[in-house]
Parts: sequence; structure tokens; C-alpha cells
Amino acid sequence: MPMGFRQLGAALLACAFAAMPAAAQERVVNVFNWTDYIDPKVVERFTAETGIRVRYDVFDSLETLEARMSAGRSGYDVIVPTSEPTFSRLIAAGALMPLDRSRIPNAAGLDPALMGRLDSSDAGNRHGLIYLWGTIGLGLNVERIRALAPNAPLDSWDLLFKPENARAIARCGITIMDSQTDVVPTVLRYLGLNQNSTHNEDLRRVEQTLLGIRPAVRSFASGGALEQLASGQACLALTYSGDVIQAQVRAAEANRGVAVQYVAPKEGAQLWFDVMAIPRDAPNAENAHAFINFILQPDVMAAITNAVRYPNAVPASKPMIDRAITSDRNVYPTEEDFARFFTVSGVPQAADRARNRTWARFKAGR
Amino acid sequence: MTGTQRIGRRLVVALPYAWLLLFFLGPFLIVARIALSEAALGIPPYAPLLRWTEENVLTLVLNLGSFATLFDDPFYVDAYLRSLNVAFVSALLCLLLGYPMAYAIALAPAHRRNLLLLLVILPFWTSFLLRVMAWIGILQDQGVLNGALLSLGLIDEPLRLLYTDFAVYVGIVYCYLPFMVLPLYATLARLDPVLLQAAADLGARPFRAFVTVTLPLSLPGIVAGFMLVFIPAVGEFVIPELLGGPDAQLVGRVLWVEFFQNRDWPMASALAVALLLVLVIPIAVFQHLAARR
Repeated sequence: MPMGFRQLGAALLACAFAAMPAAAQERVVNVFNWTDYIDPKVVERFTAETGIRVRYDVFDSLETLEARMSAGRSGYDVIVPTSEPTFSRLIAAGALMPLDRSRIPNAAGLDPALMGRLDSSDAGNRHGLIYLWGTIGLGLNVERIRALAPNAPLDSWDLLFKPENARAIARCGITIMDSQTDVVPTVLRYLGLNQNSTHNEDLRRVEQTLLGIRPAVRSFASGGALEQLASGQACLALTYSGDVIQAQVRAAEANRGVAVQYVAPKEGAQLWFDVMAIPRDAPNAENAHAFINFILQPDVMAAITNAVRYPNAVPASKPMIDRAITSDRNVYPTEEDFARFFTVSGVPQAADRARNRTWARFKAGR
Repeated sequence: MTGTQRIGRRLVVALPYAWLLLFFLGPFLIVARIALSEAALGIPPYAPLLRWTEENVLTLVLNLGSFATLFDDPFYVDAYLRSLNVAFVSALLCLLLGYPMAYAIALAPAHRRNLLLLLVILPFWTSFLLRVMAWIGILQDQGVLNGALLSLGLIDEPLRLLYTDFAVYVGIVYCYLPFMVLPLYATLARLDPVLLQAAADLGARPFRAFVTVTLPLSLPGIVAGFMLVFIPAVGEFVIPELLGGPDAQLVGRVLWVEFFQNRDWPMASALAVALLLVLVIPIAVFQHLAARR
């Protein structure tokens, strides 16, 4: 899930397409995707090959996407929600149409193991196909952490959730993503509990764990973990794998001696999927199917992964991806790593509300 | 008065009422209706108030749960109190800063007043959001202010200014100051200088004359400026969001969380209705008392 700042490219792209003369009965597809999350050339190629014009619009948070969808008649044909919580909730709300697989033959090229993991959000994989995916783990500036906490384990959640470790590292900056749905299951799992637990007692233990490290947390990033890691303002971040990998690239470009590394801790890391789906009231459902089918071609998927550095779910694309990306264990985990990843399911509204309240108290530090 | 004149006058009076009805009461009733409904998974994410039962009876289902939660959970009361506190302190700071400014402009030579007023309004020519973002650049650890203090040797390591209550106050006072200065200037400029001369003739020193003559006469301007700063500051969302720390759970932020994160439109609406009542009732009482005097 990218929280990039290079929205400009996408915005320019949208302008370029908006400026094209409107032909009579022009075919269009309205795409709503994360910022900085595609190779712009791919979109141009789609229009060149199919004659379907793409109106490409971007969002920077799931809240934005979900609020638009909740109001109804969003006008979008293809949206890219994250598996939890948004995708599963949109299915429950009846906001998505079941995909017509006969019009998406390229879906056959998707990795069955990954699609199987998505089953916990969408039973039977009827409403969505994986676009890109990743995990939630820790972004580290190893050198600076080692200087402050020489004996803390770098491959474990203990690094963040043990108060003595967090206190030691606090001086070089700890940032946590401002996302209850991503952090609470991770803490539940760290405590050896069920990641989907709705028990008050379990939630209370999560709150205790979080409040224990609260004084050491400098900021809650909603889109800023990447920048903070890359600029050296933070040395430890709980965030999305792709965020850290992009921070790594940016820190190397800046060449100011900041080296960033991603770790999916050994106790287990939460898997997330960004899913291509079609709203029930999509005005151009047929073009939407064509767009999804086009994206799932191995060479297209490879171009996207090369551009944004998130793994995709089409194994046939792998030979066309830069070696530097495919050989990076943090982008393409080994089977052994993958076995330790877990998925979450949506929780009932009352439990969600309780989690939100816990989160608010954690942030407020009270 | 002829008949046409009477109709014309009624039309002129009716216009603002129609405006308020259409653009204030209408939306308010929509929000109030959502506040009384039940949250549900769907589009839109709340249940309708009027429902047909199985026996084909139209029933009205009102859910007071959202309002009950507002009072049950100290979280919300706390957010309201913090917001009122922040808004009050900000308005007070604006008054302390704005009064001398307005007074100086009112006393300036006539040909310079317009220029000075223009300078007060000038910041509005750039985007509000940009001006708040600029404060991030000034206040952050590697920012302009810390850089200056470090190079002067006044501090050894950067002060934590950004993401604190201090930054929120700076942002609100900076952004809302013109709303304080302009009404104050309007009342102070109309003040008759002869009154101060009379006070001096009667033996009052300048300070005494200010306290007994200028200050009471500028009270309408103070009240107007205070309201113009206080009311929008209570519900302010952007400034605490960009400059405030995570513990700054103000009403604007809580409302955002309820609407976007919890997708609980009824709860968010209840918060908005309660905020309106918290603001409107004291102001209405104040107006009523002021009118009676």
C-alpha cells in the first residue's frame, strides 16, 4: 500500500487524458487506485490497444475510498481496496459486483496460494482479484538502533513491544502507522492471541501493551512513515513492507548515510492484499473487466512491480522483473517466511468500535 | 404605505429567512435525521427512520443511542471540553494580539489606514492550507526556528515544537487573527476622540481613560471578534490535524474519526448536532440578555 507523495505523475496523467478530444460514444473506464501505485505507461498501452480511455483517479487512504463508496453512485468502474478492512466490508455492504471470470481469462494466471489466503476476506474469491500485496512489519535503521540498544533482537516484535527496548530506541524516533485495523491484529498475534479476537479481555491486554510503549512513540504516521524513515527522522517504524522498501530506495538516492531495512518479524506478520474490484453500480462494467484482464497479463504486471516495487500475484511475471526485486527476501519472501504470515478477517461493528476506542486512547496516551 | 410597498418590504425580509431555511435548517434537519438513525452496513451506511413492518404498518424508528453514548463515554465529553478550552485560549490570545493592532490602525493617519488594513487581509491571498503547511516547515525539528536558535547557540538540541499544543495555538492564532482585528478596528475607528479629550480634561491619565472610556465603548467589537474566532476554532479540524500531537483529540478530529474510520454516520451526526447546540444555546442566551439591557 503506497502512501507516496509523487501524486503528480498520476495527476498529470489524468489531465493528459482529460485533455484528449472526446470522440462520439467514446468508451471509458474510471479507475480509482492508490497514489503512486502503477506504471503510467501501462495505462497508455491499455488505451492504445483497446481504444478505451482511462480516467485515472487516486486516493491516499482507505477512508477516502470507503466514504465515497458508502455514499453510493461513486461513478468508478475499477477500485483497488485493501483486503481488510475495506474490501471485505464493501462485499458485506453489497457494494461490489461478483466478477465475470469468463471475461477475465488472465485470472487463471494468479497464484492459487495467494488467492487462497484472500479467501478469509472474500469467500470463494468472487469479488476481487489481487493487484499487489505485502506484509506489515518493521522498518529499521539498523545502525542507529544498534547504537542505542545493542542487545535488542532485530527480527522480533519484541524490539518494539517490549517497553525496555522501545524506551532505549525512543531517542532516534519510533513511528507507528495510524491504522487500528493493521496494528491491533498484529499486537493480538504478538501476545499469542487470535488475531480476530473480539474479547474485551484480549483487547485490554492489547491496550496495556500499547500504552506500555506509548511514551516512546514519537509520531503516528498516516502516510508519513516512508518520509520519516528515508529522512532519518525515525529509526523504527511499524508500517507496510512496500513503504519501507520505497524508503530504502529514496534514502539510497538521497545518499545521506541513512540505510533502511524491512523485517517481517519471526512471530508472524500480517498479510494484506490490494484487490481489483468493480462497484455494483459501475457505469462501464464491461470496460472494467477488460481493464482488469489487461492488468493481469504477466508483462504488464511485471512493469508495475518494476515501477512500484510491490510483489504481484502473477508468477509468470517473475522472469521479467528486475533481479534486484525478486531476489529481495523482503519483497518476495521465501516459502518459509510465507508460512509465518497470517491474514485477518473483518470484525463485527461493535468490536470494531471497541478497537477504535482502544486506538484513540493509545494515541492520546491515556 | 401602499400595498406594493408592503409586499416589497415583506419580500426583502423574507429573503434572509428563506436563505436560512434552505441552507441552514434544511441541512441541519438532514444531519439530525441521520443522528437519530441506526448505523448499518450498506449504502448509505445507516438504517432509514421510517420502515414498513411485516404487518404493513409504517413505523418510525428513532435511535437515541448515539446521543446516549455522547454522555456515557467520557471520551466525547473530554473532546468537547478540550476543544472549548483550546478555542477560548486562542480567542483570548487573538484578542491580546489583535487589540493593539486594531487600535494602532485606527489611530494611524487616514492615508495609511487602508494600507495597514490591506496588510491584515493579505495572508488570505494564499491558500489557508499552504499557510498551515508553512508552519510545519518553521516548527519542525530541522525547521527554520530550531535552526536559528541552534545557530545562535541558545539551545543545544532542537526543541519539540511541532505536533504539540503549542503548535496548535500558533496555527489557530495566526490563521484567525484577521477575524479579530477587523471588527475591533471597525468599532475603534468610530470612537469619537473628543471623549478621550474630555476624560483628560477631567483629570484621567491615559490608562484610566482607556479603561473607563475606550474599552467599554469597544466592547461590541471585542464580542464580535471573540465570537468570530471562538466559534470556528471549536470545530477546527485542519490545524490540529496538521500541527497537533496525537493526544490532541479535539471535536473536529473525533468527528472525522467517527465518520471516516468508524463509518458511524449516526454517531458523527450526533456529535455535530451536539456541537451546534453547545455553541448556539449560550450565544442565544447571551443575545437575549444583551437585548434586554
